[in-house]
Amino acid sequence: MAAVLSVENLSFGYGPVEVLRDVTFVVEAGDYVILAGPNGAGKTTLIKTVLGLTDRYKGEVKLFGQGLSGFAGWGRIAYLPQRVNAFNPLFPATVKEVVGLGLLSQKTFPRRLTRNDELKVTQTLGLMGIADLKDKPVGELSGGQQQRVFLARALVSNPELLILDEPSTALDPQARENFLEFIRKLNREQGITVILITHDTDLIGRHANKVLYIDQCVIYYGPARDIYNSPEMSRYSGVRPPEHGS
Amino acid sequence: MTIAHFLHYAFIQKAYLAGSFVAVLCAMLGLFLVLRKLSLIGDGLSHVSFGAIALGLFFGLYPFWVAIPVVLVASYFVLKLTQKARIYGDASIGIVSSLGVAGGVILASLSRGFNVDLFSYLFGNILAVSTQEVYLSIGLSLVVFTCVILLYNDLFSVTFDEEYARITGIKTERINLVLVFLTAITVVLAIKVVGIMLVSALLILPAATALQIARGFRGAMLISVLCAVGSVLVGTTVSVFLNLPAGATIVMCGLLFFAVALTVRTLRH
Repeated sequence: MAAVLSVENLSFGYGPVEVLRDVTFVVEAGDYVILAGPNGAGKTTLIKTVLGLTDRYKGEVKLFGQGLSGFAGWGRIAYLPQRVNAFNPLFPATVKEVVGLGLLSQKTFPRRLTRNDELKVTQTLGLMGIADLKDKPVGELSGGQQQRVFLARALVSNPELLILDEPSTALDPQARENFLEFIRKLNREQGITVILITHDTDLIGRHANKVLYIDQCVIYYGPARDIYNSPEMSRYSGVRPPEHGS
Repeated sequence: MTIAHFLHYAFIQKAYLAGSFVAVLCAMLGLFLVLRKLSLIGDGLSHVSFGAIALGLFFGLYPFWVAIPVVLVASYFVLKLTQKARIYGDASIGIVSSLGVAGGVILASLSRGFNVDLFSYLFGNILAVSTQEVYLSIGLSLVVFTCVILLYNDLFSVTFDEEYARITGIKTERINLVLVFLTAITVVLAIKVVGIMLVSALLILPAATALQIARGFRGAMLISVLCAVGSVLVGTTVSVFLNLPAGATIVMCGLLFFAVALTVRTLRH
């Protein structure tokens, strides 16, 4: 499998405060990775570094085999940020205008959207089940509908790698389940590589095939089904792994 | 005096022409600035232009030729102070604008000769726009307008979500720089229309009006432009017929549009 994302000896800090230390892992094409860890473990910082939103880090980050400096394939990556909740509801933007922003990564100056792009937006809204909302202001939608709009913005460019930061926090349990099922389908049926940040350990194993558990450094990276029996996690939590047959 | 006679006056034609072009720019850029919580940058840069115009008058130069480069440099410092000096945008605007006002006052006191000219810039006079200033306004307006049209999606994306814009490959720092530079040029042009004291109103009011009733971003920009041009045309006309100061009347028209939009919004909800 080709490496979609490879991170080697990544360290990052805010001044003297160390946030990430010698983080190394590889995400392969088709993986569904849950990025878990306690609050303040550095999950969001790790993803922001991977996405080129932080500088002054040490180590190496490669996306699709290319280093971050000069990486030009941003259209292959989609990101659903955690702070969708912080969206300004007074901002005058319709659903189709916001989703259209997701296509700008594939455009060069002057980044004009064509009729074909408008068609892509409409199709993506249909896929998300929100085609009827396309002319509505995003600020007038419910939290769940807004989440779908921002996911549509992420998916409209047909990304190969989808990164979601705590995507289900604004959703009620049923909407959350539907949302996660939709992501799983994208991974299995369309082969989109998914990295999903969460501190909700219930999700581990039910959706992902791999778990990256960090707490400033990598505690565990491997198959989701093995995480609770792994010696690494046992050492981290100070508990012995269960004996075979117990 | 009939409207037909009124429109035949060259000074009215010049006022309408220069004012409309500047109004379009203020409306377009104002929307980005208001949504990015940079509304007061217009105020700050207009204060800097006070100092720059004083500098021009002091050395006997055409004030706008001095004001444009000085305000461009000031806008760059506002941006860099915000990014590098770990201070909020409003504080950096305050620092740079206070330098402009202090410099202007010192130059005015040293000169003893041009105070009347300088104070005429404080309140503007669109009815005294010269032919040269009309050409300058139209020329620079076309430059700014073209930049905004070409960078429309970049500016929209950065305004909506700067972090996401960076991920889509937009050079956000470059776009921010372009935005403040375009604002700097627009502020200098708008001084003749409403004066240094009221420039920020021409940037803020049309955008704030549009935000009351617009549902989408393109719609907001269109409403903002209509309000700004409407304020300039109606305000200029009313000021002539009622013998009122033009700049202040234009701003009062803008406030009236805002009040109407606010009422519509309140009734709608």
